[in-house]
Amino acid sequence: MDFGQFISYIAQGTVLTIGVTLIALPSGLLIGTLLALLYVYGGKAASRIMNLYSTIFRGIPPVVLLFILFFAVSKGINLSAFWAGSLSLGVVSSAYQMEIVRGALLSVSGDQLMAARAVGLSRLHAIRYVVLPQAVRLAIPPWSNEAAIVIKDSSLVYALGVPEILRRAQLIGASSQKYLLAYLSAAVIYFLLVLLTTRLLNHLENKLAIPSNP
Amino acid sequence: MLTWLSYFQRFGQNFLRGAGVTLELTAVGLAIGFVLGLLLALARSYAPKWLQRAAGAYIAVFRGTPLLVQLFIIYYGLPELGIALSQNLAAYLALGLNSAAYQAEYLRGSINAIGAAQMQAGRSIGLSKWQTIGYVILPQALRLALPSWSNEPISLLKTTAIVFLIAVQDLMAEGKRAATTTFDFVGVYLAIAVVYLVMVFALDALLKFLERKTKIPGMDIETRR
Amino acid sequence: MPNPILTIKNLTKTYGENVIFQHLDLTVNEGDTIVIIGPSGTGKSTLLRCVNLLTRPNDGQIWLDDLEITAKGTNEDQVRQHIGMVFQNFLLFNHLTALGNVKLGLTKVKHMSDEAATVKAMRELTRVGLADRADHYPGQLSGGQQQRVGIARALAMDPRIMLFDEPTSALDPELIGEVLEVMRQLSLDGMTMLVVTHEMGFAREVADRIVFMEKGYIVEEGSPDEMFNHPKFPRTREFLWKITELYGKKEKEAD
Repeated sequence: MDFGQFISYIAQGTVLTIGVTLIALPSGLLIGTLLALLYVYGGKAASRIMNLYSTIFRGIPPVVLLFILFFAVSKGINLSAFWAGSLSLGVVSSAYQMEIVRGALLSVSGDQLMAARAVGLSRLHAIRYVVLPQAVRLAIPPWSNEAAIVIKDSSLVYALGVPEILRRAQLIGASSQKYLLAYLSAAVIYFLLVLLTTRLLNHLENKLAIPSNP
Repeated sequence: MLTWLSYFQRFGQNFLRGAGVTLELTAVGLAIGFVLGLLLALARSYAPKWLQRAAGAYIAVFRGTPLLVQLFIIYYGLPELGIALSQNLAAYLALGLNSAAYQAEYLRGSINAIGAAQMQAGRSIGLSKWQTIGYVILPQALRLALPSWSNEPISLLKTTAIVFLIAVQDLMAEGKRAATTTFDFVGVYLAIAVVYLVMVFALDALLKFLERKTKIPGMDIETRR
Repeated sequence: MPNPILTIKNLTKTYGENVIFQHLDLTVNEGDTIVIIGPSGTGKSTLLRCVNLLTRPNDGQIWLDDLEITAKGTNEDQVRQHIGMVFQNFLLFNHLTALGNVKLGLTKVKHMSDEAATVKAMRELTRVGLADRADHYPGQLSGGQQQRVGIARALAMDPRIMLFDEPTSALDPELIGEVLEVMRQLSLDGMTMLVVTHEMGFAREVADRIVFMEKGYIVEEGSPDEMFNHPKFPRTREFLWKITELYGKKEKEAD
């Protein structure tokens, strides 16, 4: 097997790595945003429950939660390791993303909400048209960090047998006894993925920035 | 439910042993990470340009790749270069090198916040650059960093959970053993999760206590803009 | 026949142990410009925020025209459409242009079409002299410009009464004039206004009535002439003397 074949075998795992990320990250965002809105605007009982959710799901190591959900899910529904793994990572991420969105919502000063109400906007409209647009911009930097984390954590699903980058590196490393090369290659690919994602999100942040100080 | 609770009784000693290893991994990783992280932070803020860039590259690489891959490179890859480490040593090294990259960022942030103003103040009374760093900037920067740095020990505690994949006998490894004995994977791992939660809470409480004890009155991040 | 737009009766507001104000009575007739003056922290801002229901009073009633807005079951959002508020810190929507700020209430609350809203918004911006800055964001405007946009935003809703909460207190001295000028013109055009301010020159020239509030009570009220030249209470005289000394000088220098 030549060098090119070696590298490309590992690189093919990128598809599944991206796949895992593209399931985990958006589902985490959806759940996280909903929960954050509940947390900030839902009243005392809701915020207590959300606080509990956050504490529990951010207090457990992702790999533990991954295993719990994987085994729980495979007992009940018939999900592939890929889906079980991806959704588990999504649940883990949702707790962190909830904190990010919550932080962003709270950072938009309460005064903005007050000014919106003063013009006659209902609470719902005030949140939707005044607070959220500003919160989104504030959330991008920490969210970009979370995206990088999810890409890296996707490597955990190798333990469930999903043939993504790390698993492939492991397989070919074992068969060729070239572990160092295999894992270094994997490292490079992950690095590039993270770099690309951070650059993209940085670009998005600049595009969405509200102009100031001419 | 009772079966579940019985796991603690049945495997309690093993879990405790594993938890001890987990805490040990956290402590060692944190310590290595702190020393190296401090050096990296100082390099980024005060060293000649080439060293700044090298430190930056280190941080980018270790934060830009999964810890699991770093662990595998150290444990499975280094032997090909003649460096064969035991599981535990490999784990300490990987955790330490990785943590250093994150700690460097926390520390650099607060060094910058303390900032040029304090450097000027120190130099103005005749202290050299490194004296100012040692006696004026670092004492303030380290205290300032504590609240955000507190994330790192907790994060590290959770991160250590992956080292069972190279057969380090930590809490997860004990969990895996117990799970394969009882075949109740979900139940056992839930019990493990509870133990981790307890450790995280305890660590969090300890850190908050430390924060309170070392606080300088009137000094908050807000005042340093 | 004076036509009361705003009637406040027996209004009381407390925060826990602290009494902000109590048993306050105030009437604002159509076309009047009422200026409230007094030391800081005496509840003037809180009073304004009670009027547009951003804060709920503990006791007392407020009527807007014939509607008791403090009654249970009042639609607060609807009420706020008829009361304009200008804030000390402008509080423009940071993510929208000046035009966007003025349009938001028109499109989302009054359900105007986009074109109609733009026309109306531009009209209000022209009124405050900022038509050429319509596409600027708050971060690109000076404090005085931001406040004028704030006034345009409130005016666009065609309110029955405009509330001004220390509108110039957060401005650099040289920017105060442009805002006061807009307010003066507004008053001359017949807008009903309730203004909390320290600007004594404005109070003396523009107000129909001046209300002096201290420690949560209305100490005295009357026409500018009465208040400045023949105040009934020594405390009124003392406060006005002190503050006119400071601000009166500034007005003279500005001439």
